[in-house]
Amino acid sequence: MTRFLVRRLLNMIPLIIGITLISFLAMSLVPGDYLSNLKMNPKISPEVIHQLQAQFGLDQPLLVRYVKWLWGVLHLDFGYSLQYRVSVTSLIAARALNTVILAAASMAFAWMLAIPIGIIVAVRQNSIWDRVLSFLAFFGMSIPNFFLAFLMVYFAMWMGKDWLPPGGTFSVDYNSLDFANRVADRINHLILPVFVLGVAGMAGLMRLMRSQILEIKNSDFVRTARAKGLSERVVIYKHVLRNALNPFVTMAGYSLGDLLGGAALVEAVMNLQGLGLLLLNAVRALDIYLVMGSVLIGTVLLLVGNLLADMALVAVDPRVDFSSMASQ
Amino acid sequence: MSAPATAMPHPQSVAAAARVRGGVAREWRLASRTVRVSALCLVLFYLFAAFSPFFAPYDPAYQNRAMPDCPPMRLHLSAPADWPHGLFWTYPMRMVDAEERTYAPDRSRRIYIHLFSGGHLFTTQSEDQPYYLFGSDGLGRDLFSRIVYGARVSMCVGLIGVLITFTLGLVVGALSGYVGGLTDNLIMRWSEIEMSLPSFYFLLALAAVIPPGISAAQRFFLIVAIMSFIGWAGLARVIRGMASSVRSLPYVEAGRALGGSRWRIITRHVIPSVLGYAIVAATLSIPGFILGESALSLLGLGIQEPTPSWGNLLSQAEDPQNLSRYPWILIPGIFIFLAVMSFNFLGDHLRDRLDPGSN
Repeated sequence: MTRFLVRRLLNMIPLIIGITLISFLAMSLVPGDYLSNLKMNPKISPEVIHQLQAQFGLDQPLLVRYVKWLWGVLHLDFGYSLQYRVSVTSLIAARALNTVILAAASMAFAWMLAIPIGIIVAVRQNSIWDRVLSFLAFFGMSIPNFFLAFLMVYFAMWMGKDWLPPGGTFSVDYNSLDFANRVADRINHLILPVFVLGVAGMAGLMRLMRSQILEIKNSDFVRTARAKGLSERVVIYKHVLRNALNPFVTMAGYSLGDLLGGAALVEAVMNLQGLGLLLLNAVRALDIYLVMGSVLIGTVLLLVGNLLADMALVAVDPRVDFSSMASQ
Repeated sequence: MSAPATAMPHPQSVAAAARVRGGVAREWRLASRTVRVSALCLVLFYLFAAFSPFFAPYDPAYQNRAMPDCPPMRLHLSAPADWPHGLFWTYPMRMVDAEERTYAPDRSRRIYIHLFSGGHLFTTQSEDQPYYLFGSDGLGRDLFSRIVYGARVSMCVGLIGVLITFTLGLVVGALSGYVGGLTDNLIMRWSEIEMSLPSFYFLLALAAVIPPGISAAQRFFLIVAIMSFIGWAGLARVIRGMASSVRSLPYVEAGRALGGSRWRIITRHVIPSVLGYAIVAATLSIPGFILGESALSLLGLGIQEPTPSWGNLLSQAEDPQNLSRYPWILIPGIFIFLAVMSFNFLGDHLRDRLDPGSN
């Protein structure tokens, strides 16, 4: 396991360098930078602009800036946000946590519904439930995240103040609340985004679960289990489900990227202060270090998520072990 | 290339063409009702894109400053005596409250709707006495006309994007799987990098690169190019897996033994054998392009005003006040949803037809 972990962590290094270098080059291709807006302002003298340029290192060659940035990242210093006037590290830390909470909660939501529904539907194949739910799954898979988010915002506005908040991260009076109420307030603001993000994931997972169970249901070892007189419950939960989980976990790993992207859109529509919204605002303002930091953290989140998914696969499926995964 | 240049069409391709022609009716019979509805939906949207001026009643850029945020209007059937004026009519809308932008129908007058007049499917006498099927936007532009013109961007982005990723993924994947060795290793490492990107984050960062001054068409192609650049790797990997399993099959070895060049074997034997899967994968990847473009345009990084796309039509809804007062601005989202769902249904159906082995 150690060998597997070391190997995977080492593999991440060139990946991260490659991705940050591409984003860095891309951002520097953009005509103008954050200071070009300030230059237009006649109240700001050229000396101040020069001073700012020197301060943020915008007058140095590209590669020097990149290496300096990378060196800073190694010391957990992600640079300085030109737009917010604070260090990128402190900005990202708070926002990334919000995104992780959102993504994890919606994933949990999706799994908790997708597994039982997938089982029910597969066990009663071609029943009316199967048809209705399978059709709804298509519906859920096809509805764009942002559109569902808009619909939820509209619905929440229509329901009025007593229902769930249509957007935002916390209420206006958040700072005056005690700890328990703060948590409740945060959860209140998370319910709709988690629902929106969970629906899409749930639909895909449910379909996968259904097709897996249908495939395994007729295999030899299941017939053997039935023949030795096990109850249908035990057959389904101990024999079929256990085997159906393998591709489920793999798929969960693959869908992390979509989850992160979906979270960014939901954050933008519902004004939730997460990493995606931070990146979006940074891109709009050409705040280069903030863009780099967000892309980097997003990539790290994804890589760590994939790693966790692979480790979960080993835990779930005894046929897979770390030595076989390390040699892949 | 060792293939001899022949003037005659290949007998196989003639047979294939005949199969396709007789096949459309057969496929239609085999398809379920949902698949038929999906296909019709897509045909309609592509007709919107191809004949926008015909389907749109008004100029999508025309701003009726007297009627911003006007709700959709009710359609009434004329009495037979009035049919010379028009088969349908509607009450004109009058602004009641300029601050809240609320409207009430003016029941003293009627606007007649003319079918097939002036080169439009339906329209009214003048743009200042309009019939708004889906209401108007904040600048008094007809939402339906903008949706029809927006189909150009939203429906084409999938086709062109798939064309690029499909070609790239097929050639690279087949090459990588068939040739193997160092080429294979390099291509697969690169595709791994692309696949472990948080693609939407990367898309956002790259979309910032598009310079602001360029034309709408250039912008469109840059966006498609960026999305294809991010998206080709998944297809290439799967094709590679299939190609490497095909490569030791007897008919491919026979082709090699007969002296077929590497290029010929790839194009004539390897690619056709994985084409079924590739077509399914391509159909199922179109929604990703449509959603990607819509999301970018919605966030203001994709297609820019005044060119309409289904995504940027939705950006007015980003303000919750607009959304709750003028809910009809969400209608473009229904079109995105329908297009995506239709492609999903169609792709699923194609998988059953072309690739019965998988589920």
